[in-house]
Amino acid sequence: MYKILRKEVFSETVKLMVLEAPLVAHKAKPGQFVIVRIDETGERIPLTIADFDAVAGTVTIIFQEVGKSTMQMGLLEEGDFFENVVGPLGHPTEIKNYGKVIVVAGGVGIAPIFPIARALKQAGNHVTAIVGARSHSLLFWEDRMRAASDELIICTDDGSYGRKSLVTEPLREILEQNKDIAQVWAIGPSIMMKFASATTKPFNVPTLVSLNTIMVDGTGMCGGCRVVMDNGPKFVCVDGPEFDGHHVDWELLLARLKFFQSEEKQAIEHWKEHQCKTEAMLDAQTKAAQHG
Amino acid sequence: MAKKIVPCKVPMTEQPASERIHNYQEVPHGYTDEQAMEEALRCLQCAKPTCMDGCPVNVDIPGFLALTAYGDFRGAIDLIKKTNSLPAVTGRVCPQEVQCEGVCVLNKKFEPVGIGRLERFVADWEGRQGMSVLSDTPRPTDKKVAVVGSGPAGLTAAADLARMGYQVEVFEALHEPGGVLVYGIPEFRLPKDIVKREVDYVRSLGVQIHMDFIVGSVATLDELLEKYDAILLGTGAGLPWFMDLPGENLGGVYSSNEYLTRVNLMKAYRYPEYDTPVSRGNRVLTIGGGNTAMDAARTALRLGAKESIIVYRRSRAELPARAEEVHHAEEEGVQFNLLTTPVAFHGKDGRVTSLECIKNELGEPDASGRRKPVPIEGSNFFIEADVMIIAIGQSPSPLIANTTPELKTMKNGTVAADMNTMKTSKKGVFAAGDIITGGATVILAMGQAKIAAKTIDEYLKTGVW
Ligand SMILES: Cc1cc2nc3c(=O)[nH]c(=O)nc-3n(C[C@H](O)[C@H](O)[C@H](O)COP(=O)(O)OP(=O)(O)OC[C@H]3O[C@@H](n4cnc5c(N)ncnc54)[C@H](O)[C@@H]3O)c2cc1C
Ligand SMILES: Cc1cc2nc3c(=O)[nH]c(=O)nc-3n(C[C@H](O)[C@H](O)[C@H](O)COP(=O)(O)OP(=O)(O)OC[C@H]3O[C@@H](n4cnc5c(N)ncnc54)[C@H](O)[C@@H]3O)c2cc1C
Ligand code: SF4
Ligand code: SF4
Ligand code: FES
Repeated sequence: MYKILRKEVFSETVKLMVLEAPLVAHKAKPGQFVIVRIDETGERIPLTIADFDAVAGTVTIIFQEVGKSTMQMGLLEEGDFFENVVGPLGHPTEIKNYGKVIVVAGGVGIAPIFPIARALKQAGNHVTAIVGARSHSLLFWEDRMRAASDELIICTDDGSYGRKSLVTEPLREILEQNKDIAQVWAIGPSIMMKFASATTKPFNVPTLVSLNTIMVDGTGMCGGCRVVMDNGPKFVCVDGPEFDGHHVDWELLLARLKFFQSEEKQAIEHWKEHQCKTEAMLDAQTKAAQHG
Repeated sequence: MAKKIVPCKVPMTEQPASERIHNYQEVPHGYTDEQAMEEALRCLQCAKPTCMDGCPVNVDIPGFLALTAYGDFRGAIDLIKKTNSLPAVTGRVCPQEVQCEGVCVLNKKFEPVGIGRLERFVADWEGRQGMSVLSDTPRPTDKKVAVVGSGPAGLTAAADLARMGYQVEVFEALHEPGGVLVYGIPEFRLPKDIVKREVDYVRSLGVQIHMDFIVGSVATLDELLEKYDAILLGTGAGLPWFMDLPGENLGGVYSSNEYLTRVNLMKAYRYPEYDTPVSRGNRVLTIGGGNTAMDAARTALRLGAKESIIVYRRSRAELPARAEEVHHAEEEGVQFNLLTTPVAFHGKDGRVTSLECIKNELGEPDASGRRKPVPIEGSNFFIEADVMIIAIGQSPSPLIANTTPELKTMKNGTVAADMNTMKTSKKGVFAAGDIITGGATVILAMGQAKIAAKTIDEYLKTGVW
């Protein structure tokens, strides 16, 4: 059992949790992830390690509620437990002094980008960070990202804060103006990573993306996370999660992500129905208690 | 006086095929006390029991059969457990037809004694009584052993070492112990309560089992060796093989590991009560001919597929699965496309729709002694299906070897070990099971684990490597 020590609500759908997981915290490095399971009937859900503290024995996760499991996670509170937290999984990001680098984050991609940006800056890189959100209310960790970078550019889709544009626009401009960018990291929704990779391609700047495939075990046992690179299939959980975005077969990746859509809808419906029943029952009990 | 030979096994009732494909319950019902005693009586109590040569862990077969025949089930189970710590499992999943029963003298002319069924019977009988109290009290030692992996190899070694008095801790990557017994072999063939009982037994010996602990990432072998005096690697062969064919990564194409893990470990057959989904499919096609392929094809029917089809490149005689599994699969209506090799997966909108195959004829025997399938030029044809499962084998995951430079591995990814001692190339590290053989059997994994436990004991007593 793994205790939730702290919960922060960034927006209606984005939440942060600090978990007690000393073994994971002790070994975690930027770029790695954990798999969590809420309870006996739960799925195994991969989530990036957004931060970690080896001394306190904690790891931080930030998640967006997109389906049944993440919505259910959102209801957990401080003091509640996860049945399982396993990790750290995947290869860590290769941190060294590259020179000038850009990190691009879209949406909850800020979570995985933050520890990478921080480590890159500590290693002496000049870090430019581009952070994109749909609107201001969905933006989080602006202060932390500012501290972890030399320059921070914020974009929103609706223009409610920062620049009204997609992250790819400033990315292209910087690459046009600076011929000495050594490497780019782009983490966010698959579609954003695909376009960020397409943006950097003409400039020939290596671009690392962190792939969010569907996973089961996270240990290289099922092959469900496979992705096709120019040089053949790879397992994201053990060979990745970081890959060079210029060599990823994005069409296949996006198709595989859609694969369980009908089942996922069913899961949410089943769950919501169950939730309603439980709530109705609790209501009835409360009323009965009040009357009794 | 010569005993009168009863030619056939006492029949064991089972769920009818038409019924069982709609549920996940175990197929054979098992013997009653009377049936078991009657079947055990068929044993001739040979002076030279050939059956025992066929058992990799040397179960005293005539001994336990005699006790069973007299109704001394406690005596029988205690005798089996001297050499086999998982009889409820092996009685169900050993390929008896090529092991103990295959070499039973009766097998020459008649049906062999139902050794597997009787082993299962006495083990289940014991399960109903509650555990027997251990007679041999462990002598305490302060030496510690780490066992990596909680499959049959890990559980067996942990139990033996704990009984010898060592402090044993098991490290398991997944959230449940049991290895293939929980994530691979389905409930209808090996009820998970049985695995749980065996795991509880190992725990009752004082063994601590740590879940969610991936050796190689949470701790390397070198780090474990700082705290433990010896290590047994029983991490199995978990890396699924793919075929490297066009279209293999389309949606709906699963490795058998993914398919079976979703269904068994994650309980997708109880979806949406359990959260993990699996594609149920109308027509499900499974590629391969081993136990894994049979399990996948039979699971598909239980998940509601109208048709379940196996594609296998050799002929029926070469199917590597246990005879009983092939028989059950046929009874349940699984179709067999034999002498057929897949050449490409075809799909639409990212989902698989059909498998292109080529017909084979049997040629000369190959390295495995089985006749080699030779493709017939131009015989290509298509089989339509919406879910396809690749069950062609697996090899050990490279995770531990990659983080342990001194650990020697073979070309196929298996860890090199001395088969007499189970020692690896790294001091203090032993290995047993699928990690050294590649995908094999439960009983072989257990047999090796028993040898390893013995040599670990010697090593820890003498310090000599
Ligand atoms: C290595 C890795 C790291 C990740 N890190 C984070 C993180 O830090 N924060 C975070 O919010 N999410 C992260 N994800 C994605 C997260 O695992 C999924 O959002 C989650 O599993 C969805 O579960 P669900 O039951 O709530 O939704 P589901 O009902 O399973 O899915 C709802 C929708 O999300 C899509 N989806 C399902 N699984 C994934 C997936 N694995 N990746 C992307 N989309 C998916 C589906 O196609 C569907 O459209 C990560 C995924 C991976 C593989
Ligand atoms: C579907 C299927 C059906 C089968 N049917 C039969 C049958 O009918 N009869 C038969 O005799 N055999 C059968 N087998 C084969 C048999 O199950 C295996 O030979 C046997 O389980 C091997 O045991 P093991 O202990 O070596 O490994 P496994 O059972 O594979 O257990 C290894 C364990 O180690 C864990 N692990 C792996 N890596 C790490 C790590 N780095 N850190 C921590 N833990 C780790 C795994 O999660 C797993 O729990 C079948 C196999 C499959 C897949
Ligand atoms: S362990 Fe397997 S081979 Fe040995 S007697 Fe039992 S069923 Fe037969
Ligand atoms: S060989 Fe067959 S008949 Fe002889 S002892 Fe063994 S089981 Fe009994
Ligand atoms: S998640 Fe199973 S192999 Fe990667």
